[in-house]
Parts: sequence; C-alpha cells; structure tokens
Amino acid sequence: MVSDAPRPLLSVSNIEVIYDHVILVLKGVSLTVPEGGIVALLGANGAGKSTTLKAISGLLRTERGEVTKGAIEFRGRAIHRRNPSEVVKHGIVQVMEGRHVFEHLTVEENLLTGAYTRHNGQSTKKDLDVVYHYFPRLTERRGFKAGYVSGGEQQMVAIGRALMARPTLMLLDEPSMGLAPMLVTEIFEIVARLNRAEGVAVLLAEQNATMALQVARHGYVMENGRIVLDGDAKAISENEDIKEFYLGLTGVGQRKSYRDVKHYRRRKRWLS
Amino acid sequence: MAFFFDLFVNGLMIGSMYALVALGFVLIYKATSVVNFAQGELVMFGGYIAAALLVLYKLPLAVALPVLLGSMIALGFIVERGVLRPMVGQNVISVVMVTVGLAQVFQGAAALLWGAQTKNIPLPIPLEPYVIWEIYLSPVNIAAAVVSGVFMVTFVWFFRKSRMGIAMRATANDQQAAMAVGINVRMVFALSWAIAGLAAALGGVLWGNLIGVDTQLALVGLKVFPAVILGGLDSVPGALVGGLIIGAVESVAAGYVDPYVGGGTKDFLPYVLMILALMVRPYGFFGREIIERV
Repeated sequence: MVSDAPRPLLSVSNIEVIYDHVILVLKGVSLTVPEGGIVALLGANGAGKSTTLKAISGLLRTERGEVTKGAIEFRGRAIHRRNPSEVVKHGIVQVMEGRHVFEHLTVEENLLTGAYTRHNGQSTKKDLDVVYHYFPRLTERRGFKAGYVSGGEQQMVAIGRALMARPTLMLLDEPSMGLAPMLVTEIFEIVARLNRAEGVAVLLAEQNATMALQVARHGYVMENGRIVLDGDAKAISENEDIKEFYLGLTGVGQRKSYRDVKHYRRRKRWLS
Repeated sequence: MAFFFDLFVNGLMIGSMYALVALGFVLIYKATSVVNFAQGELVMFGGYIAAALLVLYKLPLAVALPVLLGSMIALGFIVERGVLRPMVGQNVISVVMVTVGLAQVFQGAAALLWGAQTKNIPLPIPLEPYVIWEIYLSPVNIAAAVVSGVFMVTFVWFFRKSRMGIAMRATANDQQAAMAVGINVRMVFALSWAIAGLAAALGGVLWGNLIGVDTQLALVGLKVFPAVILGGLDSVPGALVGGLIIGAVESVAAGYVDPYVGGGTKDFLPYVLMILALMVRPYGFFGREIIERV
C-alpha cells in the first residue's frame, strides 16, 4: 500500500464493537491520530466515545465487549487482540472516565503504579519529578490518601499516573467531568503543555466540545456509534450544525424558541 | 499473676501462628475477592509435605525447607491457575463452593498420598522451657513466634514498598484501573495465591510440629475465621492483631475456665468473640471503610 501521507501513530479502521455478544455499540468507526497530535472525539452521552477508547486500550474485554470487525493499528501493529497490560507496554495509556484513582493508596503510590510496566527504579524517580513538575499541587499531596484529595487533584493523579508509563499516546476520557470550569481550563492547559513538551499524542473524548476543540487540531463527532463528522478542529467549531448541537450557539443575539428545538431534532436525525 | 502472664504470653505466641495462616486468607480475599475455605487444608498440606520430606525421605531440614516452600508456592499458583481462574466472574457462592470442594480434595489427597495416621515433624528445637520472671516459655512457641514475626514483617514491607506489593494493593482497590495502568492483574492473583501457599507452608511446619500432622491439622484453618472477622476481612494488620487476640483469649480462658468445665473453652470462645464482633463491628477493627468524598 502506498500513501503520500506519513503513517499515523494510531489508526482505527472500521471497527465494530459488540457487548455481551448481542449489543452492537460501535458500527464501523474509523479514526486516526497522528504522531504527537491532539485529536478530539466529541459526542453526547452514549454516543460511543468511551467504548472507542476502551476498544483501543483493551479494557473493553473487562466489560464483556469485543471488537468483532475492523482493525486497530498502533505504529502499523495490530493491537485490538491484546490485553490492556500489553497495550500499555506498547505505549498507549487510558485515563478512565471518572478518574478511577486508587483511593486507598497515597497520591505518590498511585503515581508509582503507573510505572508498573517499566521496571527501572532510577528512571521512575525521574518520572515522578516530571509529574510533580507538571502538577505542582500533587507535591504537597504526595503522602495523602488519594481518596481524600479534591476532584481536580484526583484528575491530576489520574493523568500523572498515566504519564508515569511514558506513553506515546494518551487516551483521555472526559477529563472535565465533574470539575469546576477553572479546573477544567487548568487541566486542559496542562494536557496541551504535555503534548508540546513531552510529545505525547492525545486522543481526547469529551462532551465539553468548546474546551476540547481549543486544544485539539483535529476532531471527530460521534453519534449512535458512528462517526458523523470529522475535520480540522477549527472547521468543526465553525460548522453550523456543531455550533447548534454541541456548542450551544446560534446566531448572535438570537433566542431559541421551542419550534427551533423541535427543528433541531429533525435535523439531528438527518445528520446521523 | 504469673499464671495469667504465662497463659497470656504463650497465647500471644500461638496467636502469631494463627496470624500467619490468617494472613494468607486475607491476602487472597483482598486481591481476588475469593473467600478461601481451603486455607486450613493448605496448611495441612504444607504440614504433610514437610513430614513426608523429613520423615519419609529423611531429608535434612536445610534441604527439606526450600523444597517445601517451593512446592507450596507452586501449589498456590496451580490452584489459582487451574481452579480459581476459570471461575472469574461467577457468583460468590459458586466460588465459595469451589474452595470448599478444594478443601476436601486436599484432605483426601493428603491421606491418599501419605496415609491418615498422625506424623511428627521433628524440628531441632529443645523441649526444656525457658523461665523468665516465672513465665514458662516453650522454645517451640518462641520459634513459632519468631518465624511468624519475621515472615509477617517481611511481607508487610513487600506489600507497602515494593513495586509488586503496590500493584497488589492497587488491584485490590480498583481492578479495572489497575488494568488501565498496565498492571498484570492475573499475575497479581497468582502471586496472592503463591504467597498464601508460602504462609501455609510455614504454618504447616509450625502447627504440625506443635500438634502433629494428620487431616485434623486442617482445623487450625477454622480459627482463622474469628481472627479475620475481628481484624477485618481485608486488612493485613487486622489479620495480625486478630490472630494475636484469638491466641491470647483462648489461652487465658482455657487456663482459668477449663478446670471448672472440664475443657473445650479454647474451641468455642473464639467463635463467641466472632459473633460479638459481627454484631458490633461487622467490618472488623481494621476493615476497610469505603472512602466517600462529599
């Protein structure tokens, strides 16, 4: 196969995911993440964003889900049949929705678990310093049980923990969930900095489209287990439909009437 | 008063041996959520192997011990791999029944392989008790306490500080998150069983030396339940404290009450304590409280 574009870091081609052998959740999803890029995966609740990320990280299998068609390739190697721990060794780490810190471990122990796949004690120490550099707040919290630190700090622990694996690609699932707007901004800034300084590529699943499209270069929009739109982040944020459905914007100064809302419904069905 | 302290101190030393067995139980429960009813049988099996190696094959202790520990670790691995892993995702009662079945298989296998008559485990420990402040300390109990103590300190260090130990605690806390950071959860399960096997091997030697090796040896496993319920099912320090309490209580009670009732206090008082503990503090002294941020 010859193509002029450089090979993407991650390519998901036409995957279908079935839960419990019967429930079809993803119906042919394709996307790519370039080396060192940030890609946003947008969509409403239940659109299939998390499932897509879990298909990539291999966590799907812990929830009785299965990739039944299509392929996921990371640097040209098929990874959709690997278990999560192998996927992490390949360089992909998922930061799960809802943070999932180890509440009973201290903040620092949480970070240390992230280095599990790499055995080197020396570099672990250095990586801890890197994490504390990006999340200075965690330095003061290092001895606290992670269950007792604030939500924003837990999100930082979750991202820092993933960083400890020295990933080439980070799958971030709803990092903004349940956080105050200020914190959301802070976390997105750190993600952008990580991407710039450490070269970590990011696939970002978000409902907060405004925020996600600010840091991402490319975006995909999912609905009902399908990708319905994709393009440059800027182009997406200027797309009229996206503005209406996801960014909550209509023409300046106009107020929405219920008739318009009903109208959205129809158009949205058409869109998917 | 000397009588009391005599009972108390010797009870604590016996208790440290309960703690050793309880530790294996707690570890398996914590990491894999399996309530292992075969813990006592695992101890018994360890005792049988030790007796076989030392008496039947006449191996010197220095050779027999590593062989014993190695084979019990292997047994732990095999049980996890062959019996418990296929049960992952089944409901709790099925898993419990599997361990109950496993217990019977161990009983039968031990009797089949090495015979049902009681065997001794000869250890090079003097019988003459030491007397300190009028307390009679039997060297066997001291040795048992030292071995249990060393094992538990080593284990706690491993569990708190080592990479694998942190991974085990992480898995116990949130299995899916552990997978997400790349922890090999199956490896953690297997390791828990292997360590439980190791604890059972040591327990088997110590208990076997104390009360003789036959299928009755598995009954020490029953004392583990009051110990872990008191301490908290999922707490490593709880296993230690619970074991010590049970050991001390049964020893002191037996010393004072047995002369009037003619014996048996040792066997029922721990369970009375267990029932009380379940009524008052069902998650034990050190059991895990669920952390909720409000």
